[in-house]
Amino acid sequence: MSTTAHSGDIKDLVDDLYRREGRRIFATLVRLVGDFELAEEAMQEAFSAALESWQKDGVPKNPRAWLVSTGRFKAIDSIRRRIRFDKKVAVMAQELEASYESFEENIEGYDDETFNDDLLRLVFTCCHPALASDARVALTLREICGLTTEEIASAFLTSAGTIAQRIVSAKAKIRDTRIPYIVPSKDDLPERLDSVLAVIYLVFNEGYSASSGAEAVRVDLSSKAIHLGRMLNEILKDPEVSGLLALMLLHESRREARVDSAGDLILLEDQDRSLWKRELIEEGSALVEAVYAGGEIGVYSIQAAISAVHARAKTAADTEWGSIVALYDLLLRAQPSSVVALNRAVAISMRDGPESGLDLIEELLSSGELSEYHLSHAARADMLRRLGKREEAAAAYKEALTLARQEPERRFLERRLKEMSE
Amino acid sequence: MKYMLLVYSEEKAWTEDERNQCMKDSARLCHELAERGQYVDASPLHSVTAATSLRIRDGKRSITDGPFAETTEQLGGYYIIDVENLDEAIEIASRIPPAKKGTIEIRPIENLVELPV
Repeated sequence: MSTTAHSGDIKDLVDDLYRREGRRIFATLVRLVGDFELAEEAMQEAFSAALESWQKDGVPKNPRAWLVSTGRFKAIDSIRRRIRFDKKVAVMAQELEASYESFEENIEGYDDETFNDDLLRLVFTCCHPALASDARVALTLREICGLTTEEIASAFLTSAGTIAQRIVSAKAKIRDTRIPYIVPSKDDLPERLDSVLAVIYLVFNEGYSASSGAEAVRVDLSSKAIHLGRMLNEILKDPEVSGLLALMLLHESRREARVDSAGDLILLEDQDRSLWKRELIEEGSALVEAVYAGGEIGVYSIQAAISAVHARAKTAADTEWGSIVALYDLLLRAQPSSVVALNRAVAISMRDGPESGLDLIEELLSSGELSEYHLSHAARADMLRRLGKREEAAAAYKEALTLARQEPERRFLERRLKEMSE
Repeated sequence: MKYMLLVYSEEKAWTEDERNQCMKDSARLCHELAERGQYVDASPLHSVTAATSLRIRDGKRSITDGPFAETTEQLGGYYIIDVENLDEAIEIASRIPPAKKGTIEIRPIENLVELPV
């Protein structure tokens, strides 16, 4: 142990550990004490004990192990205090104390793998498909990202009470139905990972499509999602994890270019490409290339690859539409959906001209599936506009306007509609 | 931990042959569960046309023909299993033959200590 502890240095060290390792230590404590609330309380107490004890006695050789060990003691203490009120808790305390010796033997052997494994348990538990989708999101932000209930509520423009209720019922379900605190077996992994990736992407999109007005007071959900993606990509080798991270980075690279000062949307083809963040594009593109080199390509990776093709075009006119159409063909096979088919039709119109795109879109619309989707009418209107059929285009923009909900999208469609009558 | 697996499906969606095959497959699954010490009880139910519903309101009993709720899928049978956690229950539920046609609802059973053993 080092004995020359300067109080300011210790505080910085503890703060830094809390930021980098807090959620990992929490994940391990959940495994050891078997309860979310108890683990959270124990983790907080362990960090405040560290502040005091390390100033006095110096920093231990393995600070992370010290924090886990101390947290575990704090949990046992807390259970002892509760025993008087609850018999079930007494059983918990007995079990914890009975495992004391084997725990103390093991704790010094806790390495990155142990901590990462516990973090994965936490991730898969919070995103268990038996939990409601909005509960998974709230639980993930609360337990893995360490956001407060109030921060989550303001990010989703809802009340803290609603979020608290969601988290409480999710934790009750975890306890009552005994959702296990484990990393799923190899057989179950693809299905369970889908659920995790969907939560992360939903968080990202919530942040990415947020209207600009309230942004200053909102937690940046996109950066939280990217942080989760990076963390997961570090500890779980899976091509779709890399694919999702790449997709988010490539979207994020265009954040500043996609809206103007009035908060209006700017189409990809009209964006000032010098505003695109090069380092994010490079990181995202490198991830896409690595996934393609591995040969196992899923839906997130294909979408990231499409985004990467756009990112490498110096101007909109330089876009390699042939590559984009080929990728949409692949995506349509991997994930057959009419929305993907619509995007493919738009890409074909960019490669072969608006006539061929229009045929495909009208075919899609006549099947009825997309007739309530504003973007299919907007895309059809755009083909007609490019063909010079102004009246028909105006009618299609009007149709899109009756279905569009988001303000920036509505303003964009109104502008286009006005252009048609000028 | 005990779970009840409630098997819902559309009664009309089964042919006689399919029903017979389903019973055979289900019985085999139950024997397999029993060998692993996970089986508590299981049974198919007669059709909802055999259902009778009863309620007492203001001390007055009323008995009616038919199930409690008219839905497209009907309760057609149940399993009670004893396993470690929800993931194991899900794993067993996904092997119940009607999962392919209907829905299996997985409910943890609450432990009530005052019950006869």
